[in-house]
Amino acid sequence: MSHLIIAPILLPIFTALLIMLPPIHYSPMRRRWVSMVSTVILLILTVCLLVQTQHTGVSFYALGAWQPPFGIILVADIFSVSMVCLTSFLALGAICYGSAGEDERGSFFHPLFQFQLMGINGAFLTGDLFNLFVFFEVLLIASYGLLVHAGGKNKTKAAVHYVVLNLAGSAVFLFSLGILYGTLGTLNIADMAVQVAKLPPENVMLVKSGGLLLLIVFALKAAILPLQFWLPATYSAASPPVAALFAVMTKIGTYSLLRVYTTIFGEQAGPLAGMASDWLWPLGLATIMLGAIGVLASQDFRKLVANLVIISVGTLVTLVSLQSTAATSAILYYTVHSTMVCGALFLLADVIGAQRGKAGDRLVPGRRMGQPALLGTLFIVAAIAVAGLPPLSGFVGKLMILQAASSPLQQILLWSVILLSSLMVLIGLSRAGSILFWRVSGNEAGPERMLPLQTFALVWLLLAAPLMAVFAGPLTELTFAAADQIRDIQSSIAIILGDTTTFGGTP
Amino acid sequence: MESLLAGCIGFLTACGVFLMLRGRTFPVVVGLTMLAYAVNLFLFSSGRLTLQGAAVLGTTDNYADPLPQALVLTAIVIGFAMTAYLVILAIRARADLGNDHVDGKLPETESSRKESR
Repeated sequence: MSHLIIAPILLPIFTALLIMLPPIHYSPMRRRWVSMVSTVILLILTVCLLVQTQHTGVSFYALGAWQPPFGIILVADIFSVSMVCLTSFLALGAICYGSAGEDERGSFFHPLFQFQLMGINGAFLTGDLFNLFVFFEVLLIASYGLLVHAGGKNKTKAAVHYVVLNLAGSAVFLFSLGILYGTLGTLNIADMAVQVAKLPPENVMLVKSGGLLLLIVFALKAAILPLQFWLPATYSAASPPVAALFAVMTKIGTYSLLRVYTTIFGEQAGPLAGMASDWLWPLGLATIMLGAIGVLASQDFRKLVANLVIISVGTLVTLVSLQSTAATSAILYYTVHSTMVCGALFLLADVIGAQRGKAGDRLVPGRRMGQPALLGTLFIVAAIAVAGLPPLSGFVGKLMILQAASSPLQQILLWSVILLSSLMVLIGLSRAGSILFWRVSGNEAGPERMLPLQTFALVWLLLAAPLMAVFAGPLTELTFAAADQIRDIQSSIAIILGDTTTFGGTP
Repeated sequence: MESLLAGCIGFLTACGVFLMLRGRTFPVVVGLTMLAYAVNLFLFSSGRLTLQGAAVLGTTDNYADPLPQALVLTAIVIGFAMTAYLVILAIRARADLGNDHVDGKLPETESSRKESR
């Protein structure tokens, strides 16, 4: 049993505790360096874990050596470890940006950030549904703290809505866990898949209601159509490095949807197989359109980026409902691409807002920027990537999404919605870019310039777009391997529960 | 016993949902607390209701499921911490925004409109 699997959870929590100790806590520079160095180490560890997982296949870590299905386990497969890798890539960019000065506008930025990393990594790695709830709460309470970082009316107002909504969501989560435990007698995801397959008919409706309650919870976390109204206000109110990290939080919702409705309620689930797809397909398509309308209607650049996040969530949810290997592989590629680019756009919105003085990031004519050439280049790279134009990663992602649709009806709906939303995003971004960069009044630029750390953070996140396009070949091989692994439920259950368990045994 | 517990959970949930939909932060906090109580009772019952059952092996013929008890304990602790945070946040919002409405501004009523004229 390799202890490397638990390292992405342990490292952030110990870093957070270390930063709160007096010798480090009282010196801003030490706090920053400890936080940044720890995130670099985290990145190296997660890449090692990914390489190891590619060689060994699915592996699990039994906490306290309590064997599944009785103990809590962490499961490392290519998909979950890739998500952890993505988180640490994004976190390094966000922490570097925050260390340029944003972290000193409130207290406990770095410890909260590390706690949130712990929660996110845990949520991706866990193989137990109640443990998923616990890690959700860990990352939520850290995000509540980070959301009000640096204070202000807008942040408090957004935080009240966000906290109340998520507390209600947690209550629903617990209700569904109660139903599922009461009927299936287990909360280990692999074991639940086995139990669902041999469910007595009188319990089917109960399990279905429990499973659909889970859908509500994950839809709230992921921000799918009827439950997405909190997202633009919350994300545009949060301070920039926090908003950049939040870009991965909606992806936890879509990841959990994929996990639960592929593994537990997947093809082997008999009458419950694919029960969420009927809901996710129309809701996902509607979310994409709503996000695209939001992009056109946004009055400031941050709201626009928040609406881009909604579009990416809608796309991912639509792909989850397709339940095929090609779709799952497209999910992984598109998640990585959209998270990095949206994170970078949140940071870019802040830099642009700072250099435009009073006009900020509102889409109105304003003062000339200090570094129009550099910011313009970064903006055009991000815009091309997020709109899905060649030659950057967005194009490859869109291509994989379009190929994932198999039946003619799916093709007509998915293609038209995706391509129409791309067009609307393109119009929205062209409008935003031309107002921000070209409609300037006066020749005097303000004194604000980007700090080296901020430039590094932006370039670091945006490098993902060209690199993912250049290395699209090996990356798609990786995503297809991950998709095969996640859809081969039989063999991953055999690894986790031992070879003796098979589907269709006597209850 | 089952119907009493079910009625209790249902009543708490109904009260919790009603209070959560109110416009001021204090009823919302109380509503969320009631919802958390309902959830805890519900989780507790997911291991089935047993009287005089022990969770330790070899002490009795009648066993109670120990896992829901552990789950409830976790849920209570988490719910308590979250409610504490929400109370502080509500006080902060009252100070920052000048009123205790969840939207940060009071809805316009007939009387307030007359005053502003």
